[in-house]
Amino acid sequence: MGLKTSTKPFEERIAAAAADKFATASIAQSQDAQYVKREGARSELGHWQEWRKIGQSIRQHAINYLPDYLEEFSDHVDQRGGSVFFAQTPAEANTYILNILKEQESRHVVKSKSMVTSELDLDQKIQALPDTTVLETDLAEFILQEDDWDEPSHIVFPALHKNRDQVKAEFEKIGYVGDNDPEKLARFARHYLRERFLEADVGITGCNFAIADNGMINLNTNEGNADLVDSIPETQIVVMGMERIVPSMKEAEIMDNLLARSAVGQRLTTYVTFAGPKAQDEADGPTNFHVVILDNNRSEALGTEFQEILQCIRCGACLNVCPVYRHLGGHGYGSLYPGPVGAVLSPILGGYEQFGELPFASSLCGACTETCPVLIPLHPLLIKHREVETDRLKMMHGFKDTQMKIVGKATASPFLFKMGLQFKHFGMQAFTKHQTPTALNFFAYQGAMIKNGPGLIKGWTDVRDLPQPPKHKDDFRVWFEHHQANQGGATK
Amino acid sequence: MKVALFTSCMLDLMFPKVGQDMVDVLERLGCTIQVPSDQICCGQPTYNSGYVEASWPVLHNQIDAFADVDCDYIVSPVGSCTGILKEYPTLLEDDPTDPDGYYMKQAKILAAKTYEFSQFIWRVLGIADCGAQLDGVATYHRSCHMTRILGERETPFWLLEHVNGLEMRPLNGLQYCCGFGGTFSVKEPSISQLMVTEKVENIEKTGAEILVSCDPGCLMNIGGRFNRLGKPIKIMHLAEVLNTNVDPSRIRKVSEVPAPTPAPAEVDLS
Repeated sequence: MGLKTSTKPFEERIAAAAADKFATASIAQSQDAQYVKREGARSELGHWQEWRKIGQSIRQHAINYLPDYLEEFSDHVDQRGGSVFFAQTPAEANTYILNILKEQESRHVVKSKSMVTSELDLDQKIQALPDTTVLETDLAEFILQEDDWDEPSHIVFPALHKNRDQVKAEFEKIGYVGDNDPEKLARFARHYLRERFLEADVGITGCNFAIADNGMINLNTNEGNADLVDSIPETQIVVMGMERIVPSMKEAEIMDNLLARSAVGQRLTTYVTFAGPKAQDEADGPTNFHVVILDNNRSEALGTEFQEILQCIRCGACLNVCPVYRHLGGHGYGSLYPGPVGAVLSPILGGYEQFGELPFASSLCGACTETCPVLIPLHPLLIKHREVETDRLKMMHGFKDTQMKIVGKATASPFLFKMGLQFKHFGMQAFTKHQTPTALNFFAYQGAMIKNGPGLIKGWTDVRDLPQPPKHKDDFRVWFEHHQANQGGATK
Repeated sequence: MKVALFTSCMLDLMFPKVGQDMVDVLERLGCTIQVPSDQICCGQPTYNSGYVEASWPVLHNQIDAFADVDCDYIVSPVGSCTGILKEYPTLLEDDPTDPDGYYMKQAKILAAKTYEFSQFIWRVLGIADCGAQLDGVATYHRSCHMTRILGERETPFWLLEHVNGLEMRPLNGLQYCCGFGGTFSVKEPSISQLMVTEKVENIEKTGAEILVSCDPGCLMNIGGRFNRLGKPIKIMHLAEVLNTNVDPSRIRKVSEVPAPTPAPAEVDLS
């Protein structure tokens, strides 16, 4: 479906996520397991905070000089006998790619995992060609394809929301016989995919990092499928976001290290490949090599307060620590890019009209910012989005504007605030119910609790009780005045 | 030692007893307390909601309220507000209403002498044992902003270690937000509900009867959810714990007690 993965309203997606107990348990288990692996791999490397700063400086440097590095990269791809196409929009990219398929009279396209081709909705476009099939070869993406192109729910673990029984059911449709043992399921997929690799005439891959000074494509996988995609077919098409560039192999080595440790808690992924067109002294590789570099509004972030999001290396660590992702899952966000990075990136790529809710879907707990291997200030960028939507675009997104402005006035004026302190108790009187509370030690009068509050309080009392605020005579400041007077103490 | 309390709107509006206990504890440890009367709020409710223009006067008021106060330190019972006050100099970089940099200059002075309650006691006063006695089983909720913005992960655990009679149980999922998030809790109740419900479940699994935290907002959220579900819990701010059944003769400095147990890792790494 491209960037936007759902047409349902946000509240419906939240309700669906809340109802999917399997996915919730699966995400929680994965987050907790990843925590141990990730932090273990990082502490093994040592000096993690310093490595993050190096990662940040490499990525910031590349983004600051993006036009220069893209040109350098493009020149080197040309020199190797490949060609580069700069696509401003998904439509331009798709037209270019589909033309290659038509020119090559391609019958069988194999793909390795690429988020950018999902942005393009490329699989569906290829499917629509009369004589061409397309096959996702990353195991998780393959599972999603077999489930009628289900949407990915994580940028590193796309089928995180599926259990082994669901996978077994999908595989039975294409001939699997056996139980739900993941090892047997994987062996079946491996055998099935191997035959398709051998008959493929075009391979499409993503790109973890493009190396500016030699024109090579750096790919990190654990399954080896990308290596088959980029070495068997005669034609290879690499599709990458325009920001995915590093100056040289030296920087790629560092970034691969940060990526593998952050994404999957490994020192490196099992396969770390540097690919390009077949060289004269090589036995394998494509003779026909294309790189499609996509903008798709990424350049909108350049030179703005959002530029730092282009540093992202798609490790997914911010999803793996996010308490909101933990409960919403990938589908809840309604964007190809979920989690904290998605909540920052999606409004830039797809606009506030489509994704304006996402920056508000965060408690700003800061876990994302704390884990990001390239020091992207993720939760401050969420606040920046909120500022753009609220102060500049006046979109509000469900906040009660007048009430929030009163909050602003009351928290800036000692006079108004002190008035508020005097009236808060009786102002809430009408909304209280008396009960024997089970949560003890709230400052509540005879158990006076608000169960169904007005205005801004409503969202609170939809979920939890609110004690009736103290009478003014019981306020801390009033107590403190007496306390000081009793001590014959100093002036306040 | 002269201490000005940064009370926070949360304490002023909802938690008067926390303030009283905090004053008692700090006075017992030799501090002279004052409460600057024009202070209100750190500015997070509007700033974090995207009402940034409306937030500058809030920050300015808070800075003005403390600017002329004769004190050595500013101490707050709220980890989150303390963290933000320490970030004022960063936030004010974008402030167009402070052309001559007056508030920036004042913010840096304030930030440098502001501490959260538990870290002030351990790291500034150098007190490890406040002499408190509380019989019961408790667990501690580590709040996000105190941990990640203020950077304080340790002192509440170290102080709780010296409360006589209190058995502390580890809380699974310690690193996950309770779903409070300030205005997030009222803006996104259905997401917040999922988060606070998991937190309630994890607290129940510890078997603790008392939930301790250094952020009243989290206590109000988690406690409010316990109450809505009709489940028993007693919420306590650390100041309330440290002011329970105090025997002043037991007060000990950090230098007089064994090295503290390392504060818990965020999840079990074994």
